Amino acid sequence: MPESIVRLEGARKAFPLPEGGVVTALGGIDLEVEKNEFLTLLGPSGCGKTTLLHAISGFVELDSGRIHVDGQDVTDWPPHKRPVNTVFQNYALFPHMSVAENVGYALSIAGTGRQERTKRVDSALAMVGLKGLGNRLPRQLSGGQQQRVALARAIIARPKLLLLDEPLSALDKNLRAAMRIELKNLQHELGISFVFVTHDQEEALTMSNRVAVLNGGVVQQIDTSDKIYNKPVNTFVASFIGASNLFEGRLEHSAAGAKVVTAEGDAIHCAATRKTEPVTALIRPEQFSLATANPAREASLDVEIDQVVFVGSVFELYCHSASGRKIIATVPASEAAAVNTASQKKKARLGYDPAAVHLITTKDAEP
Amino acid sequence: MTRVGRRIAELSILLGPVTLFLAVFFLGPLIIMMIYSWLAPGLYGGVEWQFYPHNFGRILGFADPAFEEFDPVYLSIFFRSLKIALITTFCTLLVCYPAAFQIARLPDRWKAFCLFLITLPFFTSLIVRLFIWVLILRPTGIINGLFLWTGLIGKPIELIYTDGAIIIGMVYIFIPFMFMPIYASVEKLDWSLVRASQDLGANGFNTFLRIILPLTMPGIIGGMIIVFIPALGNFIVPAVLGGAKVLMMGNLIEQQFLYARNWPFGAALAMLVMTAVLVLLWFYVRYEMRRGGDAAVTR
Repeated sequence: MPESIVRLEGARKAFPLPEGGVVTALGGIDLEVEKNEFLTLLGPSGCGKTTLLHAISGFVELDSGRIHVDGQDVTDWPPHKRPVNTVFQNYALFPHMSVAENVGYALSIAGTGRQERTKRVDSALAMVGLKGLGNRLPRQLSGGQQQRVALARAIIARPKLLLLDEPLSALDKNLRAAMRIELKNLQHELGISFVFVTHDQEEALTMSNRVAVLNGGVVQQIDTSDKIYNKPVNTFVASFIGASNLFEGRLEHSAAGAKVVTAEGDAIHCAATRKTEPVTALIRPEQFSLATANPAREASLDVEIDQVVFVGSVFELYCHSASGRKIIATVPASEAAAVNTASQKKKARLGYDPAAVHLITTKDAEP
Repeated sequence: MTRVGRRIAELSILLGPVTLFLAVFFLGPLIIMMIYSWLAPGLYGGVEWQFYPHNFGRILGFADPAFEEFDPVYLSIFFRSLKIALITTFCTLLVCYPAAFQIARLPDRWKAFCLFLITLPFFTSLIVRLFIWVLILRPTGIINGLFLWTGLIGKPIELIYTDGAIIIGMVYIFIPFMFMPIYASVEKLDWSLVRASQDLGANGFNTFLRIILPLTMPGIIGGMIIVFIPALGNFIVPAVLGGAKVLMMGNLIEQQFLYARNWPFGAALAMLVMTAVLVLLWFYVRYEMRRGGDAAVTR
């Protein structure tokens, strides 16, 4: 079993609202971050991911629950004593200090000697690709460079754990994509655990070893990127990550096999062995196809097409079934001919593999 | 008309009146004062148009003993004014700095109310407010009355007409002047920087010293200057709360002009105060230039 660097047990936190009442930010969270792991906390705004991060760094005091970092119970430790460092969302660089002073801040607080400090500041700056910019002031740097300074500042003290609070959200799209790869490489190089907070699922799926999907102050699912995408445990995760077609209904077994029948009468074939009660069938848009490659194995769904949108790599087909249920399917750009015929007829038969239909049997987690 | 020409015309219309006003009613009298300070006093007031450095000699100690005697009392009044102004400045700073943090952290509604309370004294006459302090501090006043009644003291203690009374009065009237610039810089302070500092291992003391203090320094220095300059030349507070016993530069200058009718000597005293203030401002400008210069040097 891999060693854990952070362990949260039953972390709870509620904030009072100005107009009375409370809002639950953390509804009893159990979470482990493993050594050398890149864990992403993903969720919509207000799901408690930032509160969770602040609870680990010490800026939020828990109502109940314990936090262990590197085997020590740090629940009652003030932020400055915890062996974790943070890259803040707005970078929070000290405007009155040079880049080198910013990066060397933790060392100078710790009383590290000047020579040693200069050496480590230089190597940290080199690591993030800012060699020779130590004398600048933060305001003289671009957003991307400031981001790197914040990163260098947070890793220089070699924390057990680096927390990143939506660090890429202020950067433009191309820079963000480049920084993702750099962050991932940096984490590998440093060999420390990263806990990364984001509301951007693409960011989460591409960078992480594991993703924790949060909603309503509780962990909905914590798993690898592909499990989160392909085998979501509940409908929140299924609909939050990527586009999805969800069919909630009852599982029926017959000689032809199992199928999920919705209240409106749509039937989705699936490969189920258990006699589960109410279930939700998930079909990702790209699981549908227009061409039925293997009629013997494939099931199909007849739909009417409302709209076809070409987004470059794929066609997005916005359709509805006979019962009026909205369905989205994506078809590779290479199948332009089939898409054209279908969109002229306004009708299509969407094929899918029943074996690949994922059945969701658990409810969304609640605090 | 060319664009530059129009710009000049625009500027002279916008800035002309205020420039003219200040030139005639501020710069003019100031120059007259400068000249007067080097002239001889007339027998019945006014000036004699002859070069006469002994006004400064009387203060600084190189007087011609035949006419004007050097009297260290003027220098001692100057240094007392300096001392009182400095103490006032530091006391107002001590009161306003923590208060600014508390008020900046209040909800918006309470913030506005507190700022209103601090500016409230501006709406009341200064003289009236100072005479209230007379009522509080005099031998039969509230404080002495209370102490006598409780038996803590046997006879009234001397509160009014002391340096302490002047400092109390000055701190009282200058608090809003100190508060506003400090509050402006405290309110602007980005608290995520404080969190970043703690996150990087700095305790409260270090965070204050390395982050909060430097970032609010412009407000502190601005407030100190705004308080120190008028405090040094203030004559109302010593006139009301210092009585005839404690003189400050402001009172001395007033006396020379209005009662002794020695205009040149009054002007010389005023120049001395102004020089002290200008020296201070020079240090301030150098500080500001260094701060702004950091960016320029490393660019």
